[in-house]
Amino acid sequence: MKQTLSEKILSRKVGHDVHAGEIVVCPLDLAFVQDTTGPLTVREFLNSGFKSLANPSRTILFLDHAAPSSNAQISTDHLLLRKFAKDMGCIISDVGNGVCHQIVAEKYSRPGDVIIGADSHTVTGGSMCAFSTGMGSSDVAVGFALGKTWFRVPETIRIELTGDFQKNVYPKDLILHLIGMIGADGATYKALEFGGPSVRNIPMTGRIAISNMAVEAGAKVGLFPSDDITKEYLEARGRGETWIPLDADLGAEYERIIKIDLSTLEPTVSKPHTVDNTSTAKEIAGTHIDQVSIGTCTNGRIEDLAIAANILKGKHTAPGTRLVITPASKQILLDAIELGYIKTLVEAGALIMPPGCGACLGLHQGVLGDGEVCLSTANRNFKGRMGNPNAFVYLASPETAAYSAIYGEIRDPREEA
Amino acid sequence: MQGRAFKFGDSISTDHIVPGRLAHLRSNLPELAKHVLEDADPTFASRVKPGDFVVGGNNFGLGSSREHAPLVIKMSGVSAVLAKSVARIFFRNAINRGLPVLLCDTDKIDDGDTLDVDMAAGTVTDVTKNITLTFTPIPPAMLKILDEGGLIPYIQKHGDFDI
Repeated sequence: MKQTLSEKILSRKVGHDVHAGEIVVCPLDLAFVQDTTGPLTVREFLNSGFKSLANPSRTILFLDHAAPSSNAQISTDHLLLRKFAKDMGCIISDVGNGVCHQIVAEKYSRPGDVIIGADSHTVTGGSMCAFSTGMGSSDVAVGFALGKTWFRVPETIRIELTGDFQKNVYPKDLILHLIGMIGADGATYKALEFGGPSVRNIPMTGRIAISNMAVEAGAKVGLFPSDDITKEYLEARGRGETWIPLDADLGAEYERIIKIDLSTLEPTVSKPHTVDNTSTAKEIAGTHIDQVSIGTCTNGRIEDLAIAANILKGKHTAPGTRLVITPASKQILLDAIELGYIKTLVEAGALIMPPGCGACLGLHQGVLGDGEVCLSTANRNFKGRMGNPNAFVYLASPETAAYSAIYGEIRDPREEA
Repeated sequence: MQGRAFKFGDSISTDHIVPGRLAHLRSNLPELAKHVLEDADPTFASRVKPGDFVVGGNNFGLGSSREHAPLVIKMSGVSAVLAKSVARIFFRNAINRGLPVLLCDTDKIDDGDTLDVDMAAGTVTDVTKNITLTFTPIPPAMLKILDEGGLIPYIQKHGDFDI
């Protein structure tokens, strides 16, 4: 029987053919937590009487959401996680290394892997053709101990891509557009599978941004095939030997097929307070903004900082508009320093935050005031998301965000041309 | 199970339930629980009583994987969440914490109604309105976990997944 990518990955892992709707108990290739979900995981693990990890070298604790910690309580949580890692012999990615999903992409995820993480954006791993999904602390605690978890094999919505992006339009615009089209619950319990002739036009950084936001449509995973782009990404990071080709079978059974011609897309923005509340940047041009945030696991990679630096070179943010830049990893920060982007951005008025989640979840490093508006490259704009339920968050691509920073209002970057 | 309905709208996110700005309280659960659903209704925590129900609309619990969301709802004494639809991770987390999530047509329920839930019969009776709704059966694999009071008690009893 022909298989979707989800069916194929899970079949390989459990050792027999599985199909949508079945319940499987599946071994895990990687399990991780971060510093706001990890303490509960560790306590559940220890209180349950578990003594050891199933796979210490594939168990990671990330200190990224508050990096460095913003207060005493979280600092104490960090101590708990560091001690657990030491006692159990697993990996700790300490403050300053960057966001879990970015580090997983750079160092750990492999095509065909099955990954769980106590963070909803664990779906990011789908960019590397890993069946990678977010779960809660108890599920991950059990995954840590047993090295497996249960899944319902998801039905799949296939996103068939044709055409090329126009200038000033990016993979971020595609995923915002798609979520606006199908809704924040349009793929609940389902797999999103990206395919079609134009998948080869989406570089790994764009695939990461797209897979990262699959959960914003409710999806369990957001999968790309493992192809030459995957291979090149892994080879460039010394992990070429982990590459295998993987794609869905022609004729696999899909619940729904959505065709998108990339050339029809425009710079897109999600408006407060849901990700599916989308419009084009042009439609809401002129909306006042107090802060622009560029970074996060969605759009904090070197390509994103290059776009921002290119837009802002020789220019300055509008008076009264704050620009907060948060590289997604230490490697990205180092590359951005080397390439001169950091100097350009600071000269343009940017504040540079340490690699991590930054202001995205409202803990620190750019919390909004009452009535303030932020244009962010992150993945979520829920009420209260950036630390204040009386503030407003819009989501866009790095180019739309950087361009808008110059004017202190949302602008369509195509007007420049 | 009988209690009052606390009615909420569509798209109640995990940030409404336990906002990220309170992440420093996640290792102090009794303190965190005082803020349950604060960004949806700041008066909820002071009004809710053991046995009451949280009644949402579509896509209840969307967003983060933070298990603290169903956990603080359960700690507030709520005996079940009712909704038209529920986000995947919240659903799994709620069951893992022994908190039933029952999917039914919550449009028919108003804030303050008295509800009577019969888990075995699969029904929710709105005593105030004298109507009975049927909820979607919880999938068998998840019911096994719920019946043990959550995932950790389930694993402690069975030692492995037997679903």
